[in-house]
Amino acid sequence: MWGYSIAKSQSIVYDQNDRTIINYVLEQEPSLRTCMACGGCTSTCSAGNLVPFNIRRLNTLLQRGEYSQVKKEIYNCMLCGKCTIVCPRGVNIRNVVLKTREAIMNSEKSDANDTNAI
Amino acid sequence: MKHIAIIGGGPAGIESAASLAQLGYRVSLIEKSAELGGHLSQMFTLFPDGRNAAEVLSELIAHARQKNINVMLNTEVIDAQRNLSGFTITLSNQKTVTADALLIATGFRLFNVARKEEYGYGIYKNVINSLQMEKKLRTGDLTMANGQMPKRVVFLHCVGSRDEKVGNNYCSKVCCVTAVKQAIEIKKMNPEIETFCFYMDIRMFGPYYEELYREAQEKWKVVFVRGKISEAAENIDGRLQIKAEDTLIGKPLRMQCDMLVAMAGMESTADAKFAQTLNVARGLNRFYSSTDNYLRYNNTNVEGVFTAGTCTAPMNIIDTIANARAAALSIHQYFSK
Ligand SMILES: Cc1cc2nc3c(=O)[nH]c(=O)nc-3n(C[C@H](O)[C@H](O)[C@H](O)COP(=O)(O)OP(=O)(O)OC[C@H]3O[C@@H](n4cnc5c(N)ncnc54)[C@H](O)[C@@H]3O)c2cc1C
Ligand code: SF4
Ligand code: SF4
Ligand code: SF4
Repeated sequence: MWGYSIAKSQSIVYDQNDRTIINYVLEQEPSLRTCMACGGCTSTCSAGNLVPFNIRRLNTLLQRGEYSQVKKEIYNCMLCGKCTIVCPRGVNIRNVVLKTREAIMNSEKSDANDTNAI
Repeated sequence: MKHIAIIGGGPAGIESAASLAQLGYRVSLIEKSAELGGHLSQMFTLFPDGRNAAEVLSELIAHARQKNINVMLNTEVIDAQRNLSGFTITLSNQKTVTADALLIATGFRLFNVARKEEYGYGIYKNVINSLQMEKKLRTGDLTMANGQMPKRVVFLHCVGSRDEKVGNNYCSKVCCVTAVKQAIEIKKMNPEIETFCFYMDIRMFGPYYEELYREAQEKWKVVFVRGKISEAAENIDGRLQIKAEDTLIGKPLRMQCDMLVAMAGMESTADAKFAQTLNVARGLNRFYSSTDNYLRYNNTNVEGVFTAGTCTAPMNIIDTIANARAAALSIHQYFSK
């Protein structure tokens, strides 16, 4: 990898991150705002114990506007809803996943439109 | 001489009785159990300084040994009516007493850990609550159900607090530092036992609490893991298997332990029948609410009815005692108007 990959920033440059996806998710599922990062969801998650997928971490990345890992891993969720049952803050995590997928799809569509326009 | 009935003989009730008697009132201190002290009588040592709980309790009780205080033990307040001359209180022994003012000091109830089914409290013998750990420390017997010494004890923070699923959104305030206190006491008795605290946030709100937290890490080798345990299960060999996310690493974590201590939250006692008859207001957290959080903390919406201690919110003993004295003064101000 060394020398081949494009040098990516090791820090979260918050102000440079695009907030379109997270803004959409927060608007559609405002309960995500109340997450206190206890990790209960990740701990019970059926998918996360088998494949690289940590829903608590993805939701945190999402809120910072750090999407690359989210885009790669969000499809590993099996929508079983176990996380939502345990969440002490009542975050509708399953719906957060659905809305995130939707927002990613929308952003990819609009990217495609932009390319066509050029 | 005005007569004040105090409901509940825990630290709040005892200390407000002592203060009211000193201010010149006649007091009935009504306690449903066989002795004064409330939850304090079940404790071993106290945070933050390791003071012996029995010693503090006996000093408190000594304050209340005054000629104007009538202590009524084994007596539960069942109901109360407000009338023109004050209050008529119905007791469990069928008797009634009348009073000019009422001070509610009924304390808290410990959250029933069995309600969080995922931890197996009441099913697995080595899953206990924080008050049961306090008893183990008091009797000096740390052994498990099978009589053997545990090799590893895990404290689980926020059980029944900060949890929408059980309807308690509030923080119970004292359980973080209680876990730290108990972990240290275990180490003092048996340094071989490994101790872990699984937390979401560590709340060290009082003087010397943060220092105690640091001492736990530095001197007593207590290990802190940031993540809420999502479930516990018993293995064939009787050990407990716990699951959590180690949120600072971002990976699910599995661990075996011999004993799991649930830091049970405090719940309100404001559902008492007498409070309902009198229509005493409660807040969203179901504890008694004040008419003004800043200026009239001990006053309720019902004239002549006051509150003190943990029946108003989770608090430690130091704050409970201060609050009890404040309640006595509020009653004095009420009668001095
Ligand atoms: C595990 C644990 C450890 C703790 N350790 C510490 C510590 O180390 N240091 C510290 O500062 N704090 C500690 N605390 C907090 C401490 O327990 C409280 O601050 C204190 O007990 C509050 O006193 P209280 O009088 O408000 O309530 P309580 O102690 O609950 O007393 C209330 C009393 O009212 C009586 N009562 C209730 N209803 C009625 C009725 N209808 N009629 C008659 N009587 C009634 C009850 O029987 C009880 O005796 C700990 C708490 C827990 C759960
Ligand atoms: S269980 Fe709820 S509060 Fe805890 S990390 Fe997951 S979403 Fe956040
Ligand atoms: S709904 Fe998705 S994130 Fe939640 S527990 Fe199931 S697989 Fe995991
Ligand atoms: S004091 Fe600590 S353990 Fe208790 S409810 Fe608050 S955060 Fe949780």
